[in-house]
Amino acid sequence: MYQFDYQAPDSIETALAALREHDEAKILAGGMTLLPTMKLRLARPDVLIDINRIESLAGIEVKDEAIVIGAMTRHADVAASELVRDRIPALSDLAESIGDPQVRNRGTMGGSVANNDPTADYPAGLVGLGATVITDRREITADDFFTDMFETALEDAEIITAVRFPVPKRAAYVKFPNPASRYAIVGVMVAETPDGIRVAVTGAAPCVFRVAAMEAALGKNFTPDAIASIAVDGAEFNEDIHASAGYRAHLVNVMARRAVTAAG
Amino acid sequence: MLEETGDGTVLRYPARFNVGGRRPGGETTMKVSFSVNGTEVSGDVEPRTLLVDFLRNDLGLTGTHLGCDTSQCGACVIHMDGRSLKSCTLLAVQAEGTQVMTIEGLADGDMLHPMQTAFREEHGLQCGFCTPGMIMSAIDLLQNNAGPTEQEIRDWLEGNLCRCTGYQDIVKSIQTAAKSPQVLPSSARPSRRQ
Repeated sequence: MYQFDYQAPDSIETALAALREHDEAKILAGGMTLLPTMKLRLARPDVLIDINRIESLAGIEVKDEAIVIGAMTRHADVAASELVRDRIPALSDLAESIGDPQVRNRGTMGGSVANNDPTADYPAGLVGLGATVITDRREITADDFFTDMFETALEDAEIITAVRFPVPKRAAYVKFPNPASRYAIVGVMVAETPDGIRVAVTGAAPCVFRVAAMEAALGKNFTPDAIASIAVDGAEFNEDIHASAGYRAHLVNVMARRAVTAAG
Repeated sequence: MLEETGDGTVLRYPARFNVGGRRPGGETTMKVSFSVNGTEVSGDVEPRTLLVDFLRNDLGLTGTHLGCDTSQCGACVIHMDGRSLKSCTLLAVQAEGTQVMTIEGLADGDMLHPMQTAFREEHGLQCGFCTPGMIMSAIDLLQNNAGPTEQEIRDWLEGNLCRCTGYQDIVKSIQTAAKSPQVLPSSARPSRRQ
């Protein structure tokens, strides 16, 4: 790992000031991606701004009938929360399926969302549930937030403070995990939200995406059969030693149907 | 490569990772203080020093193993403020002010922790390299779920790899430990479920 300076501010304002002061600063949230990336010398920040000591960034609350989850809330705490389990069990299941217990004990929602790994689970969770990302200065819908592989709508020196999830009528997240890493080879969130049906796919393409044809079909008839014949175009899909692009395209339909069944 | 320390009891490795990448003018070390197994410790570390390296190289607590160094194998699992974490994917400076528990903190003198006893009685180890991490992880499981099913145990061990046993006797060890009334240390936190 290259050398860096380290700061652990206890307020968002101090963290923002530190970010503005250093061009090559990086925020350290759970560190479950950043630290391994730095070990591989794929990232070389001058300064790490550790936001683990900012207490206001962690916690789960119900606000105006939506669930608001602080950016530094650990996956294990999302999975264990009765508030979440009662209202959005699909989100509990998603959090419970990330990595392993030690990763879930440390990794955070904000960190995962800001990183926008193409195979991470939360991007499908946020887009599928129609969530809103809240930062220190604005609100961004999940549809607008995830822009490309490892790219988001965040500006320089902007910190995610929370994510707001409307409570869906029904929802389920089903993924085909890489058996070693538990990252999603393909993961699909299907939800009937206050604004309609949403189908969001992670793992298959460079960035999370929605499947409009499936959403329309499920809007008329919420059954697995309604989408059985809807294929997605895998021409631009990810391809690696674990799965070809064609196989991923096939899995999108299989996982989507399973999610519809699970959502009931 | 081993160096004997003054009192001849603790073996330490010379610092191995302080090579390359030094920035001119960059801060070289920071002071870090925290509790390990109930004892206050402190040291001067580079920010990039991993917690596992600080525990092993600076404190001589070599029970915590460094296996894969990529947060996959779980040989380095410790508890920080009551939660099991992989100490190869934490910076030593992040431990500031926390309560860390390592495998060395479990036994009470010659009295093994019930989880250690169960691993011995049920042959839950062969080469033993993964065992410290397995035991620290398993104790966290029982803190969250006092009576896990076999499947729940296997699911929990997702992040702990063992290349010898085939896991069968590890699962059995944890099932045996779960039946022991003293399995949770007095410092165990109440359930996180809210």
